[in-house]
Amino acid sequence: MRQSIVLNTEKVTIKKKKKNAEGKKMFLYILPFLILSFAFSYFPLYGWVYAFFDYKPPLNLSQCDFVGLKWFKMLFTNSTQIKQLAKVMTNTFAISGLGLATSFLPVFFAILLNEIKVKWFKRTVQTLTTLPNFISWVMVFSAAFSLFSATGMVNSFLIDLGIITEPIKFLDSDSHTWLAMLLWSTWKGLGWGAIMYLAAIAGIDQELYEAARVDGAGRFRLMIHITLPALMPTFFVLAMLSIANFLNNGLDQYYVFQNSFNKQHIQVLDLYVYNIGIGGGNSPSLATAIGMLKSIVSITLLAGVNLLSKKVRGESII
Amino acid sequence: MSKKNKLTTNDIIFSVVNYTVFTLITILCIYPFYYLVINTISANDLSANGAINFLPKQIHFKNYIEVFKLKGLLPAAGISLARTAIGTSLTVLVSGFLGFMFTQHKMWARKFWYRFIVITMYFNAGLIPMFITMDTLHLTNNFLVYILPAIVQPFNIILAKTYIESIPTSLQEAAEMDGAGIITVFSKVILPTSKPILATIAIFSAVAQWNSFQDTLIYVTDQKLYSLQYLLYCYINQANSLKALIMNSMGSSNNLMVLATQQTPTSIRMTVTVIVVLPILFVYPIFQKYFVKGIMIGAVKG
Repeated sequence: MRQSIVLNTEKVTIKKKKKNAEGKKMFLYILPFLILSFAFSYFPLYGWVYAFFDYKPPLNLSQCDFVGLKWFKMLFTNSTQIKQLAKVMTNTFAISGLGLATSFLPVFFAILLNEIKVKWFKRTVQTLTTLPNFISWVMVFSAAFSLFSATGMVNSFLIDLGIITEPIKFLDSDSHTWLAMLLWSTWKGLGWGAIMYLAAIAGIDQELYEAARVDGAGRFRLMIHITLPALMPTFFVLAMLSIANFLNNGLDQYYVFQNSFNKQHIQVLDLYVYNIGIGGGNSPSLATAIGMLKSIVSITLLAGVNLLSKKVRGESII
Repeated sequence: MSKKNKLTTNDIIFSVVNYTVFTLITILCIYPFYYLVINTISANDLSANGAINFLPKQIHFKNYIEVFKLKGLLPAAGISLARTAIGTSLTVLVSGFLGFMFTQHKMWARKFWYRFIVITMYFNAGLIPMFITMDTLHLTNNFLVYILPAIVQPFNIILAKTYIESIPTSLQEAAEMDGAGIITVFSKVILPTSKPILATIAIFSAVAQWNSFQDTLIYVTDQKLYSLQYLLYCYINQANSLKALIMNSMGSSNNLMVLATQQTPTSIRMTVTVIVVLPILFVYPIFQKYFVKGIMIGAVKG
């Protein structure tokens, strides 16, 4: 009796040991990928120290002067720097803000597309309007260049119609830059943005519609009182995420569309960091300092928005 | 039910407006592509003046032949193809594998390592630190800069894991009974059953690789490693060097040069654009049904 108990516990410990060994072996399988993740996500954080040095690119860090908070101070005390950063922040906020203000468009798009009852038409619209999303910004710019340059389709068409005599400089001008950027990103992203809402609409319980119809609701009432509310949770999650990404406009779009004419209004934070850090500005330490502040603000925004979401909706978004 | 189907005037007006608006939006979305294509196959002197708007005129395909003779284009196409093929297959395999491994409760500190990877979605060291990292790892001006950073993608791993969790565990247990090890289970059981999600990851990753432009811009100065996207960007922005390039490819003999088929910066830019966009135009409708599924899975998990 006693012997068998001893045997049993022995068996259990052997089993446990075996399980441990297996678990460790499994860990070894994923280790190379953990190292990759470390190398490209955690290790670069070490580069933040460059913000505290006066870094000159060909030199080693040990050959550069430690300057402490010089760059951070400069951002908040040097008047030309303040002016420039204020301009950049205005652009960043304007473009992100416009994006946020128009984030209801995909919801409309999805609800109205859902009202299209001819299946092939609906499917064609969906396929063709999501296409621009899969094209890179370089491609978008190339198309824009072909259509809107001095000899492009739009200008030649307007001249042919006699509406204008001189070609309009759509791309080489600084008027309405924010609006132009908004229109391009809408062109690229609207159809794609609607896909998620279409998926959500497909998941709505059809009985809700039946019940409402029995109560005498017309198609507009169904849209407003059933479809729209059903999409709100998705809408809020996406809106909150875009608030968390307020400072991250990305680089591609603004980089390809920037030129010496529109620089004043197109330089968003990401582009600014690129321009002063790598693209000729030659101030990597300042760029690192700004990038660092940007990352910290973004993480704080994300955490804040997450907390808000938890409080208001009882759900966290991350 | 039947009486509800009666159309009111409002309904008819709404439908007409709705169909019209969507037709217009759709045309707006595809017209730029159509415009590029008709211009590349029309007479080059006409297209350079913006004379081709709706229908191609004097159709010829010489642009496509000439563009492939341009110096740098074929190597760039090779780089773009290689990074798309290698990058995509590695991303798909690794996302599937890690997604699968993170469903294995036996694994040591499983939850911790899962979070270790997922958390990287939410922070970013920034441009200069990334550049310094790539430089430290000797990845600048190195083809691997296109591949290595793209392999472990938290979002893809979440997608794969969520999907694999929905596969009955009895499948894996049965295979283990038959003596299959973890790798065999993965390759023989998990890979075949996770095809829909792996296809989603594949198409996202392929499009991202094919479209990527920033990494060439930031990490690569060696022209041999230029991607197609970056090369095209150079073509658009440097009209002068493009002209020089045309002169070079035409040689010094300008006899029998027909204006209509002579390359212009416009014709080259448009032709290269079409060549770069074309693979996406072909692949995308085939895989479209997977995106929606993939997005739904992603949306559930957030």
